[in-house]
Amino acid sequence: MSAPAPSMYSAAAKEVATRLGLTLGRANLEVFADALLELATADRNVVAVTSDSRGSGKLGPYGQSVPEQIVEVGIAEQNLVGVAAGLASVGKTVFAVSPACFLTARSFEQIKNDVAYSDNPVTLVGISAGVSYGALGSTHHSLHDFAALRAVNNLTIVAPANNFEAREAVMAAASHKSPLYLRFGKAPLYSLPEDGTYTPGAARLIRPGNDAAFIASGETVIHALLAAAHLEETDGLQIRVLSMPTIKPLDSSAVLAAAAECRAIVTVEEHMVNGGLGEACAAALAQSGLAPRFKITGIPDEYTVTGSQADIFRHYGLSMEGLSETVRSLLST
Amino acid sequence: MPDDQQLARKSLQYRRDTLRWIKNAGAGHTGGSLSCIDILNVLYNRILNVTPETFSSPVRDRYIQSKGHSVEALFVVLADMGFFPASELETLCGYNSHFVGHPTRKVAGVEQNTGALGHGLPICTGMALGGKMDAAGFRVFTLLGDGELAEGSNWEAAMAAAHYKLDNLTAIVDCNTLQITGRTSDVMNNEPLADKFAAFGWAVRTVDGHDISELTEALSAPLEADKPSAIIARTTKGKGVSFMEDVGKWHHGVPSDGEYELALSELDAALAEIPEESA
Repeated sequence: MSAPAPSMYSAAAKEVATRLGLTLGRANLEVFADALLELATADRNVVAVTSDSRGSGKLGPYGQSVPEQIVEVGIAEQNLVGVAAGLASVGKTVFAVSPACFLTARSFEQIKNDVAYSDNPVTLVGISAGVSYGALGSTHHSLHDFAALRAVNNLTIVAPANNFEAREAVMAAASHKSPLYLRFGKAPLYSLPEDGTYTPGAARLIRPGNDAAFIASGETVIHALLAAAHLEETDGLQIRVLSMPTIKPLDSSAVLAAAAECRAIVTVEEHMVNGGLGEACAAALAQSGLAPRFKITGIPDEYTVTGSQADIFRHYGLSMEGLSETVRSLLST
Repeated sequence: MPDDQQLARKSLQYRRDTLRWIKNAGAGHTGGSLSCIDILNVLYNRILNVTPETFSSPVRDRYIQSKGHSVEALFVVLADMGFFPASELETLCGYNSHFVGHPTRKVAGVEQNTGALGHGLPICTGMALGGKMDAAGFRVFTLLGDGELAEGSNWEAAMAAAHYKLDNLTAIVDCNTLQITGRTSDVMNNEPLADKFAAFGWAVRTVDGHDISELTEALSAPLEADKPSAIIARTTKGKGVSFMEDVGKWHHGVPSDGEYELALSELDAALAEIPEESA
């Protein structure tokens, strides 16, 4: 990790962001850490559990401010989730914080049995999710987590798109009292239109339009928004953008409304195209009888090319330019 | 509080009931249920402050059966404690019954859903940590199988429990030396087990896992301040039924009609030797 990471945004994309009046904020991870400290300061029952991950989780200040409310288990993710379940069962409001790649693979059985099946209200916090770790490679990518966790009953899955959604999601998680998975990346993120309105579980309409719709989650939402704005400038298209922070349970009414009102739907996620947001939308659509032109974008079924998160996004078309081309292509079929 | 003799009678009755419900269900983990019954007997009748009335109290002791497959023994003891009528066990493992073949919170008195091995000790470590944070005073117990100790998650938790000086945590190993494939020492040797726990920073005691007074003495209080307690309970798989004792096939063997009658006659004979009233 020597060379500085290339920007997530092309010069053209940055110009579009400027024209939309968006401002670049912080990494969701940092927003999470601040929100958690705020919660813990107000309520001594709030406990963070870490697996040598307090640095990666930006929880250094948290550990210094409320040292009695952080439990370190060492590099032991199975124990991390078991301990978190035990703490939750005796009344603690628990956030189990670990890189998403390890948390949702190494500890999968603990998530299924100790958290979800036993109904212990742990918030599992997958940090540096998706391809945030970039060139560290596929051991450190979590492109399976939506798929794996969607198959676990009694677990809500949330991937916030920006700082606003991240803070809302953390605050909602603290009062959720039910198993929940929160997924954060570490790239600085832009503000979005309509920040200020967040209902847990609901899609957020970021941009109206009926020619096509992007249904996106997490750190891909901004790229979908930039593509929508770009397509209006270049092609005169009105593209709806829905941020779908909650992957499960899916706000299928927003998906079906988009299908009924738009000519095409493109889903976007920082996840393998198998088993994530796109397939969840596809299932909702197929069972509704609606059949819009439809494309799932994400990481294909392969171990990714080497590169930063920005490189990987661009390589697989998860950029303003790539997503614009996908919409043009879909509308021309 | 019942005396040792009364508990000895209870253990025989629990063994009888365990076989009854396994026979009725046509399924169950017979050998391991019979090996851990004296441990459960002492825990529920002497150690835990857990009854149907206290089960919702935040300061109740916690018991998590990590070796969840021996659920029939747990259900029999919970029924005796009054959590539900024993007759409900008629439905054990039946269609739509809440008496699943591994512990589930659908059953009154069960703390956590277990059955996948290597989960109980991490959960109990979290419970014990929470108890310490709140100075709540409750104790946390888990029952592990000796074969189960091959699961690495146990040792992650063992390290953490010692690190955090969780003397409110006790792990009991039902050390019956057999697992589904055969001798634990042949499948994956875990000896010297007491030394392993000691090396991880635990206080350790080895007891006869069928001796009511030894179990009582070992479980009555933490073995040592600032250390979690490991009780290595030397047990016999299939204990109490001569032809089941220390025979691997009874791991989840269900007795035939003839075997069932023979087993009951042995247990009844043993019961007849213990007077109902204390001398």
